[in-house]
Amino acid sequence: MKYAFSFLAVIALILIAGLGSQIPGMQYFFGVAIPYLAIMLFVGGFVYRVMQWAKSPVPFSIPTTCGQGASLDFIKQDKLDCPSKTSEVVARMFLEIFLFRSLFRNTKSEIHGGPKVTYESSKWLWLFALLFHYSFLLIVIRHMRLFIDPIPFWLSAIEGVDSMLQIGAPTLYLSSLALLGGLVLLFGRRLVNAHVRYISLNNDYFPLVLIFAIGLSGILMRYFLRTNIDIINIKNLAMGLVTFSPVINVKIGAIFYIHLFLVSTLLAYFPFSKLMHMGGVFMSPTRNMANDSRAKRHINPWNDPTIKPHSYAGYEDEFREFMVDAGIPVEKELSAVQDEA
Amino acid sequence: MAVPKLEQLSKSVVQGPSLATGAIPTKDWMDIPAIFKPGNYAYPAKKEKVEYLNSQQGLHFPNAREWSPEDDDWKLPEGWKDIILKGLKERLDKFRSLKIFMDCCVRCGACADKCHFFLGTGDPKNMPVLRAELLRSVYRNDFTLGGKLLGEMAGAREMTVGVLKEWFMYSYQCTECRRCSVFCPYGIDTAEVTMMLRELLHLVGVGINWILEPASNSNRTGNHMGLQPHTFKDNVDFLTDDIESLTGIKINPSFNRKGAEVLFITPSADVFAEPGLYTAMGYLLLFEHIGLDYTWSTYASEGGNFGLFTNNELMKKLNGKMYAEAKRLGVKYIIGGECGHMWRVVHQYMDTMNGPADFLEVPKSSVTGTTFNNAASTKMVHISEFTADLIKNGKLKLDKSRNAHVKATFHDSCNPARAMGLIDEPRYILDHVLDNWVEMPENTIREQTFCCGSGTGLNTDEIMELRMRSGLPRANAVKHVIDKHDVNTLSCVCAIDRATLTSLMNYWNPGCNVCGVSELVGNALVMDGENRQELDEGLRTLV
Repeated sequence: MKYAFSFLAVIALILIAGLGSQIPGMQYFFGVAIPYLAIMLFVGGFVYRVMQWAKSPVPFSIPTTCGQGASLDFIKQDKLDCPSKTSEVVARMFLEIFLFRSLFRNTKSEIHGGPKVTYESSKWLWLFALLFHYSFLLIVIRHMRLFIDPIPFWLSAIEGVDSMLQIGAPTLYLSSLALLGGLVLLFGRRLVNAHVRYISLNNDYFPLVLIFAIGLSGILMRYFLRTNIDIINIKNLAMGLVTFSPVINVKIGAIFYIHLFLVSTLLAYFPFSKLMHMGGVFMSPTRNMANDSRAKRHINPWNDPTIKPHSYAGYEDEFREFMVDAGIPVEKELSAVQDEA
Repeated sequence: MAVPKLEQLSKSVVQGPSLATGAIPTKDWMDIPAIFKPGNYAYPAKKEKVEYLNSQQGLHFPNAREWSPEDDDWKLPEGWKDIILKGLKERLDKFRSLKIFMDCCVRCGACADKCHFFLGTGDPKNMPVLRAELLRSVYRNDFTLGGKLLGEMAGAREMTVGVLKEWFMYSYQCTECRRCSVFCPYGIDTAEVTMMLRELLHLVGVGINWILEPASNSNRTGNHMGLQPHTFKDNVDFLTDDIESLTGIKINPSFNRKGAEVLFITPSADVFAEPGLYTAMGYLLLFEHIGLDYTWSTYASEGGNFGLFTNNELMKKLNGKMYAEAKRLGVKYIIGGECGHMWRVVHQYMDTMNGPADFLEVPKSSVTGTTFNNAASTKMVHISEFTADLIKNGKLKLDKSRNAHVKATFHDSCNPARAMGLIDEPRYILDHVLDNWVEMPENTIREQTFCCGSGTGLNTDEIMELRMRSGLPRANAVKHVIDKHDVNTLSCVCAIDRATLTSLMNYWNPGCNVCGVSELVGNALVMDGENRQELDEGLRTLV
């Protein structure tokens, strides 16, 4: 019942923000202090984690080669899956980061009577992950309108595409639906897939529930509780936050504080959780290195030059008689060794 | 400890209560202890082997003792927990891969059913993600804020004797084959995790004999088999005798000869036992055919490197002989025989550890004039690259009909496929020495190839059932092409494979031979001045 805890935690967060923000004078705490603190934790934590990773060297060149390497002229190299140049590594990383290429490979294995092991393509995880990540990205970009004045053309264009279907008024954003849909699918997969269910931790359910609550509170605010919400006041607050001159207007409703508090929680939680895979994916040595370790020497900063092989001299000393008998050339003839002795 | 009958195991892998076949354990994995019984663990390293290694310059194998995994008390040294945690800290600081792989996993489960050990045993802790969690849970507890604050709620747990036992069980039920890493969205490589686990276990004197004894042998005698120089030479000489009686060609290979153009190094198993012997005969015939100026070495008589399965220091020390011998003999470059983990070390570690090899020249085939730019720095060429180039340039007289008895398929060994990208060279060779050969199903070859199930020093007899289980996915794919195409030969470019796949075929697919690609080359070569008998089974023919 690990997922139950995540629901409880998120409900607690909602109550804290919903009730807390209604206490007179606390709006500043929830609207200004908490977001600033969260941003500081996010940026500071993120940078700290990346620095921590960067501090450890990459002692060996260990790319996972997923195709034919650069070899003889007549052997065709798989440049994307077994890159030998930086440009090819960049292409491999691009496809990994933007299209989740490794997940695209996913298969499902089963063992049937016989026994017979079967493999079939399984792209659900890839699809759910894409759905979630891209809708989330789009939503983050859309929110930039709160922090920029005047609103740039490209942002309006993105919004235009996102609300293409023009459902309802205000128009429904496709990304909002996709985000919630993606989260439900990812969450559902954790429950339904026996393997994944068995390995899932609180830390796996919690971000899904948290982001779902963020999305839901945002949608409620935009479509259903809109009368309580003064969009002008929110934009003023957002602009104030980014220009370091925040002003709080008491008219902003509780639902906004809930939304903001959950987002702040996510930001603060991010650097200390598995969500750091966002940074880590760029730095994974099995993906971001060229497979050129025989062509170019890779340097290990802690390589210990004092570790020497068991010496040939020691070897010959132990086996000299046998070697001479067998006609294997030696550095020191038996007679020379006897003379020394 | 007897291996179960085929029917029994065939049923067990399908119906046994396991996560792979559908049953979900009722207990959380942290609450299921590792229980050792005969057959599910490899024997601990003999005390004197550990002591020998510990006595060698640059090596650290402390706490040698007699102990048994089945005992409650493993006689761990005083302060073992601090040793482990300090060791972990040190490795986090030395390996970015370890840090990133500890931090980034999202437990998406893509790796879960990619592991041959999981497919064959159904043990949840053999899902790569869970294998890594065995370490990650301890990492969280002692090295992350979340783990320190929230403990078990954040998936953290204390380092205990039980955890250590679990590490021993599951780091030796991983062959570091990297198949999971292909499917992981962050490229998390369980091999990196298992290597660290094994390093940590060695710090408290926990290791297995099947790895440490060959490694000690290799240090002292130059090869895993412990062949002394004269015996090594004798073994090769026997092969030349066999070649003479089969083909009428007398080959006189040289040993430890200074001034040769090329030093040839292959796993010692190739000169030690069938079916590797036939692969070695293939090398001898090939080099004779082109008149290569080369020498064997009895000092650097091991291509493989069991140090890779222990710790970085031992790997480096054993590998050091290759360059040391190349330098002493004054050769121009090195050719390496068919071997999987050997090429992991040569391709991804050797130059970094023991280079630069500035006393060697960029390998250039004296027969074809081809320069091997892909080996410009290590100066070591894979026999399949070397052979493919010879074929491409028409330097080999080949008669495919001499392999008429062979209906082959090809097994990509884990390391050449996933740690080197050597995939099409052997196939190119097969195309030219065989009339036809077939591929196994696409999810079981190339970068998705399945391990033989006994790599990384797990090819020991006391865990035969485990090996047959973990080898099931590979064996099953071979069975598929046996049933469909009447395949009778499983070819490969790995010495461990030649030994382990033979056991695996004998169990799951009796009648299917295992051979090295170079054996098939040797079969097909038309030698000048030959007086070849009717060889119905190529180099394997008894005359």
